[in-house]
Amino acid sequence: MKNRGYFNQFGGAFIPEILVPTFDQLEAAYLEAKADPAFWQEYVNLMSTYSCRATPITYAENLTKHLGGAQIYIKREDLNHTGAHKANNVMGQGLLTKRMGKRRVIAETGAGQHGVATATMAAKFGFDCTIYMGAVDVARQRPNVFWMEQMGATVVPVEDGSATLKDAINEAFRDWVTNMDDTHYALGTACGPYPFPEMVAWFQSIIGIEAREQMLSQQGRLPDRVYACVGGGSNAMGLFSGFLDDKEVELVGVEAGGRGKGMGEHAARLAYDDATVGVAQGYKTYFLQNPNGQMMDTHSVSAGLDYVGVSPILANYHDTGQVRFEAATDDEVVAAMQLTVQKEGLIPALESSHAFAQAFKEAPNMGKDEIILINQSGRADKDIFTVADAIDDPKWREFIITKADQYRARAATEGGVR
Amino acid sequence: MLEQYIQDRLQHKELLLMTHIVLGYPSYDKSMYLVESMVEAGVDLMELQIPFSEPMADGPVILKANAEALKAGATLEKSLEMAEKITANFDIPFLFMTYYNILFKHGVSDFVSKMHDIGIKGAIIPDLPPEEASEYLQSMQQHKLDPVHIFTPNSSLERKQELNEHTSGFMYTVARKGVTGKDTQFGDELGEYLVECRQATDLPLALGFGVKSKADFDFIRGKADVAIIGSEAIRVMEDKGVEAVGPFIHSIIN
Ligand SMILES: Cc1ncc(COP(=O)(O)O)c(C=O)c1O
Repeated sequence: MKNRGYFNQFGGAFIPEILVPTFDQLEAAYLEAKADPAFWQEYVNLMSTYSCRATPITYAENLTKHLGGAQIYIKREDLNHTGAHKANNVMGQGLLTKRMGKRRVIAETGAGQHGVATATMAAKFGFDCTIYMGAVDVARQRPNVFWMEQMGATVVPVEDGSATLKDAINEAFRDWVTNMDDTHYALGTACGPYPFPEMVAWFQSIIGIEAREQMLSQQGRLPDRVYACVGGGSNAMGLFSGFLDDKEVELVGVEAGGRGKGMGEHAARLAYDDATVGVAQGYKTYFLQNPNGQMMDTHSVSAGLDYVGVSPILANYHDTGQVRFEAATDDEVVAAMQLTVQKEGLIPALESSHAFAQAFKEAPNMGKDEIILINQSGRADKDIFTVADAIDDPKWREFIITKADQYRARAATEGGVR
Repeated sequence: MLEQYIQDRLQHKELLLMTHIVLGYPSYDKSMYLVESMVEAGVDLMELQIPFSEPMADGPVILKANAEALKAGATLEKSLEMAEKITANFDIPFLFMTYYNILFKHGVSDFVSKMHDIGIKGAIIPDLPPEEASEYLQSMQQHKLDPVHIFTPNSSLERKQELNEHTSGFMYTVARKGVTGKDTQFGDELGEYLVECRQATDLPLALGFGVKSKADFDFIRGKADVAIIGSEAIRVMEDKGVEAVGPFIHSIIN
């Protein structure tokens, strides 16, 4: 409890006393790993043999022609094992968990991507694993719940509060204050008490380090603008951290505009004016809260961006102007995803599609010699139910009805046997 | 101040009792009734919890009480009004228990000065370690209110001494790891832990987390100075109604 991880006024470690020694241990393990070049090498080796690093950058030629402005490049975090950037953070924390000699990991999850990544890491490293997930998210992300359970994780649906990501985080902390001796809490984004924001951003910086090198070696220059979606802020911090010293590169973070402005309609903490500075979930940042300091409900078509707080590092970059924040609405996001599928055969997750939507708004107004880079933080396999609903695909509906009839018939005969 | 009050009372009985309620749960009227029946049953101090939407350190019972209070329309303003009425009507000391965002959003020094004005004697803020608390600690000192901190079975001697420097009134010692409201083993290990706590502070020790019966209360006698009952009183109220809480407290003390 000495260095408390402040980024100007944001960050800190507002933790229950019982966890103070646990955070001291985590901080020590993190700082030791960071100072040890062999650790980073071990991490890079792991990610290049178990996941798909370095992930490529794809030139989106058809989208570029279609929009008629800046050249569009896409960083392919969807090609990570488990289909999202979440694997970067999780594998890094898995290595730390081993170093600390712990045998169980817990995590919160929104979209389920971080839960699946954590369950995968636990299976690989031989850890026990419990995943906390808001009941609302369990209902909308069944495919991910299925895989977590297949990998041996226990998935606990959280019914408290708004039954989404923030409530899953609270519940994970409640587990941790009981089981800290053998358990590591692998927080999934660049939020929470110090050292999580900084540590998660460090693991994710592998995205930005690669992207900068790839742009230089393949295009001979840096992009003019880079776009990333912002839930808690980990994929954005990962990509941005490669370009923080490049004044000519504009960094754009895209939040969930949901149904548009107005408290409760969105999850845009920085792009809209509804959020104020507060302290919850162990850290100080902009929260969507009422004047009493009670957290408000948020809305987004994407579970992974549907969160009341935001990385304290990004909150600081918002205030200093180092990153520009925008919001994309649910409708814009689904349209951007469909366009990307049709033009490029790429399937960005609904979360990632926020970055695409904003880039598509801006690209036509930029010169043909300008370059933009979009982070495709994940792929949308998990979103198939949500997307099929949003575009109201009749054949998908038919398929589900047929499938349901089969299950019902089977349940009836099994019931008869018993 | 609280320390003197506790020492005075300890002249007459060996173990004091502190109870806890969530303001506005199930309603502000019922909160008033609960305080009245607890005070009449012989409680020595009380924690009044101001509801928060993210009570990270609380277990299922108090978590639900917070959520229900907010759903029923609890606000900071109403909680402060209710607290003022409570301190005016009853002659024991009351503390606030809440999470830091409630103070932070209101303005920390103004919040503390309001506490003083309405007759609250101290506060327990479980997500505010002293490292983050300079404004709070200064204001508390300025208004002669007691900031209470928490000893845990994980706290080293060094950490306990650090906490002791920032604490007045009494030291809240939690009986075990975990959140409020789960079972605690009241046995030898707990006795040894309390001996360690004594070595780190001269303040009275209050023991909480999982205290729920006369047997627990009797076990604590001679080891700590104050026993704390939180979730169990809420459970009794939920199972048997508000009228059952006074007799429950009475049965523990006597
Ligand atoms: C594919 C994908 N992108 C982005 C996010 C948002 O998280 P963050 O802002 O930490 O990158 C999630 C979270 O679940 C996700 O699954």
